[in-house]
Amino acid sequence: MDLLKIADRTFSSRLMVGTGKFSSNAAMVAAMEHSGSEIVTVALRRVDIDNPQDSLLSHIDRSRYLLLPNTSGARDAEEAVRLARLARASGCDPWVKLEVTPDPYYLLPDPIETLKAAEILVKEGFVVLPYMPADPVLARHLEEVGCATVMPLGAPIGTNRGVRTRDLISIIIEQANIPVVVDAGLGAPSHAAEAMEMGADAVLVNTALADTPDPAAMARAFRKGVEAGREAWLAGLGPQRRQAEASSPLTGFLRNDS
Amino acid sequence: MELKINGTQKTFTDEILTVTQLLEQLNLSVDQVVVELNRDILAPGVLSTTGLNNGDELELIQFVGGG
Repeated sequence: MDLLKIADRTFSSRLMVGTGKFSSNAAMVAAMEHSGSEIVTVALRRVDIDNPQDSLLSHIDRSRYLLLPNTSGARDAEEAVRLARLARASGCDPWVKLEVTPDPYYLLPDPIETLKAAEILVKEGFVVLPYMPADPVLARHLEEVGCATVMPLGAPIGTNRGVRTRDLISIIIEQANIPVVVDAGLGAPSHAAEAMEMGADAVLVNTALADTPDPAAMARAFRKGVEAGREAWLAGLGPQRRQAEASSPLTGFLRNDS
Repeated sequence: MELKINGTQKTFTDEILTVTQLLEQLNLSVDQVVVELNRDILAPGVLSTTGLNNGDELELIQFVGGG
């Protein structure tokens, strides 16, 4: 069976989903279920003590999904480490999607602070899945300090623009000895399929599912996209050519010239 | 008692001795929030035995949707 192995755990799904921006908890749960995902991301924020909301966790079946807390909102390594520790204190598995995004406009990950935080968190026993720019050199550094995956961005978070970093992600995939999870910017099932056809080990999607009137249907579509891309990668894509190569025989035409 | 909670100064007239009592007063369930007291993270098991003092600073954190 074709399983995704991250750290000491295995997963049959290669689609991870985020839980942000859904119109309701019911829509979020439907998307999670229909995606077939086994890993879902969550964020940590201050409680609004004047207007407490019901707990997100009460809607997530923890026996079915591995909770992957992110460090979104962190602007430097110190803030990211603090968020990761808080997540672990809640009793979660010590897994963390490391995000350090000081730039508010494009939410691009800070490579230096990300690497710094990754090193600290790995030493503290976390399973670290870092969101990162699609930089093959950084990917090597993150692997060397002990990250469980690398998560290069396809396009900025929430943009739905697809695998714009294609050539760089290809190099990361070629060089990595840990799973490569394409995260951020995937807006259509075809984008997910493209990443998987390139040999990515998994993809993570949030906005594309939340930003549609029918998150459950879109989650099913992404699931199929991921599965199609994975199968194509395993089968091996045929080579691309400049010139046509006939699919039908070039003999036995109904004419007499040769 | 004066406490700074999530960056906001709050005054409590009822007696609050422990973190658990504070959470009860705020209608928050213990398994819903993670608590930082004066920048130290508190394990869930110590909330009922951790005392509060005037001027303490707390962060009450919870999981929300995110990608």
